[in-house]
Amino acid sequence: MTEFYGYERPDGSVGVRNHLLVIAPIDCSFEPAKRIAAQVEGAVAVTQHHGCGLDEMVANTLVGVGRNPNVAGVLLVGLGCETLTSEILAEGIESTGKPVEVVVCQHEGGTLRAIERGVRILQRMAQEVAELRREPFPLSELILAVECGGSDATSGLAANPATGIAADMLIDEGGTVIISETQEMVGAQHLLARRAVSREVAEATYEMIERQERRMRAMGIDSRFMSKGNIEGGLTTIEEKSLGAIRKGGTRPIQGVLENSWRRLERPSRGGLWLQDGTGSDIPSMTHMVAAGAQIVAFTTGRGSTVGHAIAPVLKITGNPETYARMSDNMDIDASTILDGREPLRSVGERIFKAIIEVASGRKTKAEALGYRDFAVFTRSRIAEHLLGFC
Amino acid sequence: MGKAVQVDGRDNVATVTSDVSEGKVVEVLSPEGDILRLRALDDISFGHKIALTDLDQGEEVVKYGETIGIASRPIRAGSWVHTHNVESARVPTSSLRRERP
Repeated sequence: MTEFYGYERPDGSVGVRNHLLVIAPIDCSFEPAKRIAAQVEGAVAVTQHHGCGLDEMVANTLVGVGRNPNVAGVLLVGLGCETLTSEILAEGIESTGKPVEVVVCQHEGGTLRAIERGVRILQRMAQEVAELRREPFPLSELILAVECGGSDATSGLAANPATGIAADMLIDEGGTVIISETQEMVGAQHLLARRAVSREVAEATYEMIERQERRMRAMGIDSRFMSKGNIEGGLTTIEEKSLGAIRKGGTRPIQGVLENSWRRLERPSRGGLWLQDGTGSDIPSMTHMVAAGAQIVAFTTGRGSTVGHAIAPVLKITGNPETYARMSDNMDIDASTILDGREPLRSVGERIFKAIIEVASGRKTKAEALGYRDFAVFTRSRIAEHLLGFC
Repeated sequence: MGKAVQVDGRDNVATVTSDVSEGKVVEVLSPEGDILRLRALDDISFGHKIALTDLDQGEEVVKYGETIGIASRPIRAGSWVHTHNVESARVPTSSLRRERP
């Protein structure tokens, strides 16, 4: 039985990092939030850019990120007149039992007082969380998010299938995998639905992907079509194209579709492979899987993405030998050995699995070591969803 | 010698990882590391697929362990497999070509 070394939280969940998270519920208070985080060891500030109204999807996501076990303590830094208040978020996060504090600029009397109070609170948290020690936990405590960005012809051939082998290995040891980017599943819904654990899950899979097809059609995009470049590159059918992307989630049965909306942001309720109804943009896609509980991200790329994430280690895997050579400061795993016959897929998958355990146990990914702190929240237009008949 | 990768042990096609010319031997690496050698019956470009077995018309073309399409004519082992001999089971690629010149 493989184990990893993580930090146990008061609610029993296990973090792979010990971040202090400063959340500005709105971007109006992001400057003081960033300055507070900059003064305290191990702190990172995040915000969202969808306005100060109470967008429940945004609120659910920020609460989910605050609840993520990679976060040891939370400081909310609000402005004071927003409808999406610090208190709403604090209430959602507090039940994890981790420390949650609030500073509001208008109540404190300006930036300097808010920063001073915020830094004092966070300084104390930093001292306290530094006493936490890593302990061994079974892989059933681990949730892996899989993501791809900057894909090329090698992605579906090397990085994605190899990552899929690692995903299967994690699931076989009781772990959990989340795959999102609904638009990339279009064309393969019948194949995904066949892997569902029940008829209900199969129906939810169809519904999720077909909703996305309708959204894209409303934007004038027929998502069933492949580009001329896809066909010239060797992709024969839309099924093949979509399978190349979703293979990074592996081959195990699909346990369910995680709702990711203003109603709720669902977390996996047991181990296995889960689909999340999410965006195709890499950074918000990672954020929403992290909000659903993922502690680590396996990120496949062909042309070479550099992104990381504010609170989750992001492991970069490429199957393109030139990208690995030219962007070695961004790429963690070389999967291109498959292409010239030097190494079979199985063996590359095993390397990725081992790297996931090492990173979960504390080894920094290249993006982390370079200080990458990417973060973005996405939301859907309630108006558009209403007009499409989805709410 | 050309090289190709079989992504899943159930696949009846593999993807060539270098341009292959007709008549050349292609070495196919399975996910478990087994090697299959076969002769290419067509020129096949990097990223395109080669048939590992003979396929009848109407037979499923399997890659990633899943059906990526249906053979629209008989395909011999070693042949180039693409839109000229495979149709999507979902959206016929030929109809896409008609609709989107």
